Amino acid sequence: MTWQEWAFVVLGVVGLGAAVRLVTSKNVVHAALYLVVSLLMVGAIYLLLGAEFLGWVQILIYVGAIVVLLLFGLMLTRAPIGREALDNQQRGLSAIVALGILVGLIFLLQDAFGDREITLRPTRIAEAGEHLFTDFVLPFEVVSFLLLAALIGAVALARKEDAE
Amino acid sequence: MIRLPIVLFFSAGLFAVGVYGVLARRNAVLVLMSIELMLNAVNVNLVAFSQLLQDAAMTGQIFALFVVTVAAAEVGIGLAIVILIFRNRETINVDEINLLRW
Amino acid sequence: MIEQAWLIPAIPLVSFFVIAFFGKRTPGRGAALGILAVGAAWVLSLIVALEQIGGGEAVERSWPWLEIGSFRFEIGTYVDGLAGMMLIVVTTVSLLVHIYSLGYMRGDARFTWFYAVLSLFTGAMLNLVLANNLWQLLIGWELVGVCSYLLIGHWWEEKENSSAAMKAFITTKTGDVPFQFGIFALVIGTGTANIQQVTHAVEGGELSSTLVLAAALLLFGGAIGKSAQFPLHVWLPDAMAGPTPVSALIHAATMVVAGIYLVGRMFLVFESAAPEALTVVAVIAAITMLIAALLAAVQDDIKRVLAYSTISQLAYMMAALGIGEAGYTAGFFHLFTHAFFKALLFLAAGSIIHAVHTNNMSEMGGLRRHMPWTYWTFLIGAVALAGIPPLAGFWSKDEIITAAYAEGQTGLWIIALITAALTAFYMTRAVLLTFFGRPRYAEEVHPHESPPTMVGPLAILAGLSVVVGFVNAPFVGWFSDWVYVGEPHHPEFSFFNAGLSLAIAAGAIALGLALYGRYREREPLRRLGPLYAFAERKYYLDDIYLGGIVGPVKGPIARGVDWTNQHILDGMVNAAGWVARKLGVATEAVDRHVVDGVVNRVGVGTGWTGGLLRYIQSGNVQRYAIVLFAGVAILAVIFARI
Repeated sequence: MTWQEWAFVVLGVVGLGAAVRLVTSKNVVHAALYLVVSLLMVGAIYLLLGAEFLGWVQILIYVGAIVVLLLFGLMLTRAPIGREALDNQQRGLSAIVALGILVGLIFLLQDAFGDREITLRPTRIAEAGEHLFTDFVLPFEVVSFLLLAALIGAVALARKEDAE
Repeated sequence: MIRLPIVLFFSAGLFAVGVYGVLARRNAVLVLMSIELMLNAVNVNLVAFSQLLQDAAMTGQIFALFVVTVAAAEVGIGLAIVILIFRNRETINVDEINLLRW
Repeated sequence: MIEQAWLIPAIPLVSFFVIAFFGKRTPGRGAALGILAVGAAWVLSLIVALEQIGGGEAVERSWPWLEIGSFRFEIGTYVDGLAGMMLIVVTTVSLLVHIYSLGYMRGDARFTWFYAVLSLFTGAMLNLVLANNLWQLLIGWELVGVCSYLLIGHWWEEKENSSAAMKAFITTKTGDVPFQFGIFALVIGTGTANIQQVTHAVEGGELSSTLVLAAALLLFGGAIGKSAQFPLHVWLPDAMAGPTPVSALIHAATMVVAGIYLVGRMFLVFESAAPEALTVVAVIAAITMLIAALLAAVQDDIKRVLAYSTISQLAYMMAALGIGEAGYTAGFFHLFTHAFFKALLFLAAGSIIHAVHTNNMSEMGGLRRHMPWTYWTFLIGAVALAGIPPLAGFWSKDEIITAAYAEGQTGLWIIALITAALTAFYMTRAVLLTFFGRPRYAEEVHPHESPPTMVGPLAILAGLSVVVGFVNAPFVGWFSDWVYVGEPHHPEFSFFNAGLSLAIAAGAIALGLALYGRYREREPLRRLGPLYAFAERKYYLDDIYLGGIVGPVKGPIARGVDWTNQHILDGMVNAAGWVARKLGVATEAVDRHVVDGVVNRVGVGTGWTGGLLRYIQSGNVQRYAIVLFAGVAILAVIFARI
């Protein structure tokens, strides 16, 4: 057990714990904050694994923008603030299904990749940028369009109908 | 050196929690949050394998990047829809949005 | 002109159609057209006959009409001496009858139709005479039968006229059935219907002798019917119900001689058959001539006297043919002469009937003062018929008697002589009863001479009756060079036979004068008692036919056939219909309950299943998601394990 593994375990436990609290808390805002923690931990994991660009992008986008967006959404839809039952009736079944997926995945993954090891080496941003704009330029452009479409779509969907 | 199974188990756990959240939460926005969890789990998987395989084009990371972008777009649209539903039905309790029942 | 001999029947046939459709608008209401057509045919016949006499050889022309496989139907003409002679007879008598009918049928309601059918008859008879093949002959044969039926029943408003027409038609039809079978036998046996080919094939012995004998007898069956020989003679006396011109044309001179003509035409068949064929011919002829002559002597109706006389004379002709080759020419010579004087007698009788409005001689008497032309022409005809020289009948009848004697046919010879006597007797009786004595007709009747259109033909025929005998008088012999079979046969004049027949005729006339010179109320012959009654009832033949044949057919047989048709045949049809209906009902039930039931139940079942399955749609997205994720998990495990 190297020190990277220890670091990873710590980050992982925190992240998982936050995630669990996310799906079980009775307060929506708490849930959003737990999401922040979880996403931060994932970002840290990216850094640990050597994906620098992705790690910073994660924090920027997810924690910075998306969570804010979600909070705005909560606000605009007058999500109940305070303690209330936020789980629906199929809690038990959902738990079983989720557990089943977890167990299944663990077994499968252990079976398939039980003996592999990642050699950690950092990947520079320049490298990422290079590949992005040469090998993957087409998906890049398409995703730009996608974002544009999403932008326009969201505006078109959510704007208030004017009186005129 | 990190043993791969550890990373993968973390990602699996995150995914399972996300599944639970999607299935069990009543508030539409919380469902969206759980979906974000799932997407992140997938991203972790992608990055881990990209680092494992050390392929020249960094395919896993670039792909994870795109996933993040798409996730952002998806949340935007999703929230717009939730807001519309709220305007129409005064609630975003998923249980009550069941007009398509028999 | 011989080549165009087909024109001769064609012209009257065409005129039939024209008169029938347009006759009323033509001059004389169709009469002019009819006379013109028959006149043209008469002229052409004279030309053809003269050409033929000069040429001597027979001329045949033929056109193919129809060919199906091996069946070949041709249409054509065959002109030899016999045909030429017949042409002259038919057209001459027909023309004179046409002229005579102008006067006789004047004012008749169906005047135009009468002339139309006369034209049709003339055309058909000419076709029969000129036909070169058996089918065409048969067509002519049947057509003249139809015309006879139509003309006998011209005044069909009277039931007895239409009955007489039917009797004539059906009786001749009874003879036509064996006739047709005879034709079939010959056609099948020789493979052709052409008369010359058939007769030469038979003569050459190509057919079995049984077949030839059968064919000959069957053909003769037709001749018996058409020429009114025993036992099918019963229709001719009743046919007198028709107008007298019809009797003169059809039932004296032309149609009834078709049977004689047939035997003459097919003579080689009769000759090649076993001797029995000609013997049968001769026997039947002998019977007929005798019984008919006896019946003629007891008739009151003048036309019936002449009718039975015709039957008797036809038997003479048939007997002559029955003698064989030696009698061939004689028989046809008698046909030739008889046509003229019998037509004359009938037309004169018509003139009498027209004047006194009755047929019965018991209501006539003393007419010679009022109708001189009629009297003299009738007398000439009667003398000719009786066989007194130098009139025609003597020469022709004498030839037959001589031939019978010469060929050793003693029985026939004796019967012929007896018949000659009877002929003279009944004609004397007829003349005396009609023209002599005190008038016995009613007060209102004022007999006067007939108009020239009627008397003219009488005079012409009387003239012919005088001279026409000379064409074959022994010292002339033209006829023998014209009509013969094998080799021309010139008759020997036998003074013995001539003298014998003359003496017998004279004796009969004397007897007639004695019995009928002065009129007695009671018919002198009644003294014969039961014999007279027997003869009066026509030997009960008519009763036998009516009761024995017609009655059963009309009654029980017809009823039986009707019952069979109603119950059995209709029953089967109705049963089939009933079964079909029941099947239909059953099928409909099956269709409705089983087939439609299945279809309906499938529909209902689907709906019911849908009704159950819809509960899956909860509308809750998360519920769907649970199922989705559970499914994915299971599938992933399965696929990973495999």
